[in-house]
Amino acid sequence: MKILPMAIRSDNSTQNPFQKKGPGLSTNNVQLMPSMNMPGLTCATEETRPMAAYDRPGYELCRYVAHFMETDAGPVPVIRPDLDKKDRLSTIAVRCGIRRDKYLVSPGLYGIGSPDPDSDVLVTANYKLTFDHLRSALEGISAWILVLDTRGVNVWCAAGKKIFSTQELVNRIQAVSLEKVVAHKRVIVPQLGATGVSARQVKVQSGFRVVYGPVRAWDIPAFLTKGKKADKSMRQVTFTLFERFVLTPVELHGALKISGIAALVLFVLSGIGPGIFSFHGAWERGLVSLSALVIGLISGAVLTPVLLPFIPSKKFAFKGILMGSVCVLLLLPVIWDRIGSMAGAAALIIFTVMVSSHLAMNFTGATPFTSPSGVEKEMKQYIPVQVTGILVSAGLWIYSAF
Amino acid sequence: MQDFRYLEDVATLVLDEQKCIGCGLCTEVCPHAVFEMQENNARIVDFNACMECGACVSNCPADAISVSPGVG
Ligand code: SF4
Ligand code: SF4
Repeated sequence: MKILPMAIRSDNSTQNPFQKKGPGLSTNNVQLMPSMNMPGLTCATEETRPMAAYDRPGYELCRYVAHFMETDAGPVPVIRPDLDKKDRLSTIAVRCGIRRDKYLVSPGLYGIGSPDPDSDVLVTANYKLTFDHLRSALEGISAWILVLDTRGVNVWCAAGKKIFSTQELVNRIQAVSLEKVVAHKRVIVPQLGATGVSARQVKVQSGFRVVYGPVRAWDIPAFLTKGKKADKSMRQVTFTLFERFVLTPVELHGALKISGIAALVLFVLSGIGPGIFSFHGAWERGLVSLSALVIGLISGAVLTPVLLPFIPSKKFAFKGILMGSVCVLLLLPVIWDRIGSMAGAAALIIFTVMVSSHLAMNFTGATPFTSPSGVEKEMKQYIPVQVTGILVSAGLWIYSAF
Repeated sequence: MQDFRYLEDVATLVLDEQKCIGCGLCTEVCPHAVFEMQENNARIVDFNACMECGACVSNCPADAISVSPGVG
């Protein structure tokens, strides 16, 4: 049962009889208990809720719980497969990085459809996006869903951090008394959780056999009907245009703080000139350099990730250089009149390209195919280039003011 | 994932074919189809696709596989 603190409730303040003001409380006609059904008082209509029996003081039922079913291990919430408007809005907010934390589901056992003791058990993470993704893929399917406590992190990232782990799976199986709910001894673990799980250890410690399900939740119905066999395409990760696109707001968000600092530095550098420091220069030239920064950001954190497979080279840092070059060449004509010198133009070009290169390299952390050893190699090679480039461009920019 | 190839010859993946007992689990858990079963034994067929996630390592019942990112 996913339960929220009482403070979140907003719908029942009007039902409090003691808040009623007006003639009912006058001194010559004392009626302190409107619930006693005295004439002359309007009482709130009674509310009958089908799940009232599951109410607990201080808790609120989650919207995605349709009803409860009794099992030998106690009541299990049965969830809906359909997402409502609020789920969808929250998904967008989370994707945009507006709310990334605390978007989670209580760990434990849930049901979907009308599961019975022979139904499969699907293991998942307690990140609400993951949970929503899974339940919406299970329309028309009856199964149990075992939500592990991954501290609001998705399956793959949690498995990499070993919080989607053998231990957590074994503990959760025991905590929900899974053996009392199902008559079989197998759990379906998403393949991307395999990094954190040892199938053999789970079997030894809990008696349950791990069957690795497909990478993507929407392949689960096909996987189940094919006798729990995943074909090759279900076993391989993808990195589609859409998958890359939804990552970009987070990339931008991550680059925001350092960009703010960079912008400040740019304005200060831009103020340096023949008169030692000029606020007019800081503003005028600062804006020009800021446009270079913004273009570098867009190139490295948005365009390079989205256009990833179409940009030549395997090295992300170099992809960023190429993309940044294209972008800055498009920007230059627009700001040409304000740059004033070749040195200034060179400074802006180098700066944009290096910002783009660095952010593009940063994106290796978000892809599902870059090996840490490869990333390390790339960083050793390109960080010196990027740092040198930025310093050179700063020097050129100051020089160009004289 | 053939559209996405990362740097070559950097992965630290090692398969000890002597130890392999041919269970096939590595072909199931690998998200990049790095392994294939040939004559009841696992073989690395796409070394450069390995992203060193370690899924094969933690699931191989014979300790036949290793990856060691961050070493060397
Ligand atoms: S480490 Fe991951 S990508 Fe590499 S072979 Fe093993 S499972 Fe496949
Ligand atoms: S998981 Fe290990 S034992 Fe099983 S096939 Fe792969 S290498 Fe061989």
